[in-house]
Amino acid sequence: MNTVEKAPILTVDNLKVHFPVDVGTIFTRKKTLKAVDGVSFQLYEGETLAVVGESGCGKSTLGRAVLQLLHNTDGQVVWMGQNITGNSVKEMRPLRKDMQIIFQDPLASLDPRMTIGEIIAEPLVTHHPELSKDAVKDRVREMMDIVGLLPRMINRYPHEFSGGQCQRIGIARAMILQPKVIVCDEPVSALDVSIQAQIINLLGELQKKFGLSLLFISHDLSIVRHISHRVMVLYLGNVMEIADKDDLYNSPQHPYTQALISAVPVPDPEARKKRVVLKGDLPSPINPPSGCVFRTRCLYADEQCAQTKPELINMGHSTSGENHQVSCHKVSVLDQ
Amino acid sequence: MSNALNMNDKLASFNDDSAEVAGRSLWQDARIRLMRNKAAVVSMVILSIITLMAILAPWLSAHPFDEVYWDFIQVPPNFAEGFWFGTDENGRDLFVRTLYGARVSLMVGLVATTVSLVIGVVYGAVAGYMGGRVDNLMMRFVDILYSLPFMFFVIILMVIFGRNIYLIFVALGAVEWLTMARIVRGQTLAVKKKEFVEAAHASGVSTTKIIFRHIIPNILGPVIVYMTLTIPQVILTESFLSFLGLGVQEPLTSWGVLISEGSKVMESAPWMLAFPATFLALTLFCFNFIGDGLRDALDPKDR
Repeated sequence: MNTVEKAPILTVDNLKVHFPVDVGTIFTRKKTLKAVDGVSFQLYEGETLAVVGESGCGKSTLGRAVLQLLHNTDGQVVWMGQNITGNSVKEMRPLRKDMQIIFQDPLASLDPRMTIGEIIAEPLVTHHPELSKDAVKDRVREMMDIVGLLPRMINRYPHEFSGGQCQRIGIARAMILQPKVIVCDEPVSALDVSIQAQIINLLGELQKKFGLSLLFISHDLSIVRHISHRVMVLYLGNVMEIADKDDLYNSPQHPYTQALISAVPVPDPEARKKRVVLKGDLPSPINPPSGCVFRTRCLYADEQCAQTKPELINMGHSTSGENHQVSCHKVSVLDQ
Repeated sequence: MSNALNMNDKLASFNDDSAEVAGRSLWQDARIRLMRNKAAVVSMVILSIITLMAILAPWLSAHPFDEVYWDFIQVPPNFAEGFWFGTDENGRDLFVRTLYGARVSLMVGLVATTVSLVIGVVYGAVAGYMGGRVDNLMMRFVDILYSLPFMFFVIILMVIFGRNIYLIFVALGAVEWLTMARIVRGQTLAVKKKEFVEAAHASGVSTTKIIFRHIIPNILGPVIVYMTLTIPQVILTESFLSFLGLGVQEPLTSWGVLISEGSKVMESAPWMLAFPATFLALTLFCFNFIGDGLRDALDPKDR
């Protein structure tokens, strides 16, 4: 990965997002739901960092907190050297043209009362109110062409399009200001497999063409393997492992990652492979386990795991020179 | 022949890559569905006729609405003299008075509903979108106004400012917007969680623009339905106020006043009750049918 430059465009440091929730029906008690609990990572220019994990592990919350659509409880988000945590809505506004988001449900993310021309143009007219109507329309048509929509469909409404087309509209809207980072919040999980490939390839092309960085949130490990450069594994709002794609898929270090990778279906009916099957369910983020959050389902957990929370440990440099980091007390034991 | 030509045109524009295709908005869809609803269409026609008659009242009848004909006190419908609906106990033509009553009743319905619409939609949308403490504060204020007894409120207004038709507009509007605000707030809470609002927020669109560009157009469906159901309610309330003697002042009249007078002489002069009551009932029927039709037409918006 020699295209990756070494100054991170986005640095997230010990990010925590906690929500107050009421527990109980009549006699409610205030508790905190720890959706994201101390996540740190860097995102470089032109890179795709995938965030994977089970549903409810804080992937989407993380994506929204990075864009400051949600306020984080603790930690920092540093955008191009500038700390943007706790910025007011007004302070964020000029920065928003460089960071966009693509949503999971393509139709729900488009206003049903607007034509797709108006939808795609919205970020443009918001940040460049000086542009004439014709100039805006030209840009919109150009963008529609880039994402593979017929420009003459500009006056149609979202309900007249298929899911894949709606996702292209969402991508056009996110791309029209040529942002530096796009958070993709499970952009293909609501689409058919054949359409998924088209959208993923489109994102890949756009990334090459415009030097985009993507924070790609997904639970589909095959897609992640296809599109990402690096992968971050989340469990209950905590980072389990961050590594280069190849390292992570070929030699997963964390017991949770090993279980995930072993669960990826292989398109070969003859193949017999060793499955690591996890016991139990995901614990509630309102009441996470002490110490290592994964210990309740881990095959190797012992006393130490229940008492102290593991830090991210460097496992040495991988092929790209980026660190392979794992948060597990038992890594050295597992290695043998 | 012209059809075939038309077909060719369509094919040509379909094959032409540069020609823009017109989309069909949800509003157009709803209008087409509404036009298929016979009851609603008939209601709209009847309502337009009543409205036109009310507007053209001075030219439709030979008699002025406040002229007293001493020779024709409380006579039944009399076509020879042009008293189509008969006359009241003061010898005034009931036909023209019914139409003048329609003017007042329809106007009260429309103006009071518009007032409630404007205040209620903006208030409800702001409360719903802001949420949290702002929402709490704004909605508790609505609750307080709700708990004021309406009749008491109107009587006090009348005592302070005197009997005045504009006061009735204000009083009715001031009460009706409360329900509208609650409905709009509820709808806003549902819409603001949708991803397109988040997308607008993520693009840096300001809160005011999000409310007016994304929230309000998406809650207008239920609002319009509620509006068509508010109009008859307001007309009825005005009739009730007039019935109690708190409504419009003589010689001006409204359907409520006419029905009140007619009910006193129901046995000796039934036409004095029958005609205004028929008009009122017909109008209320029409508004309710239109409301139903609109609800059916606007409902399947999440296709």
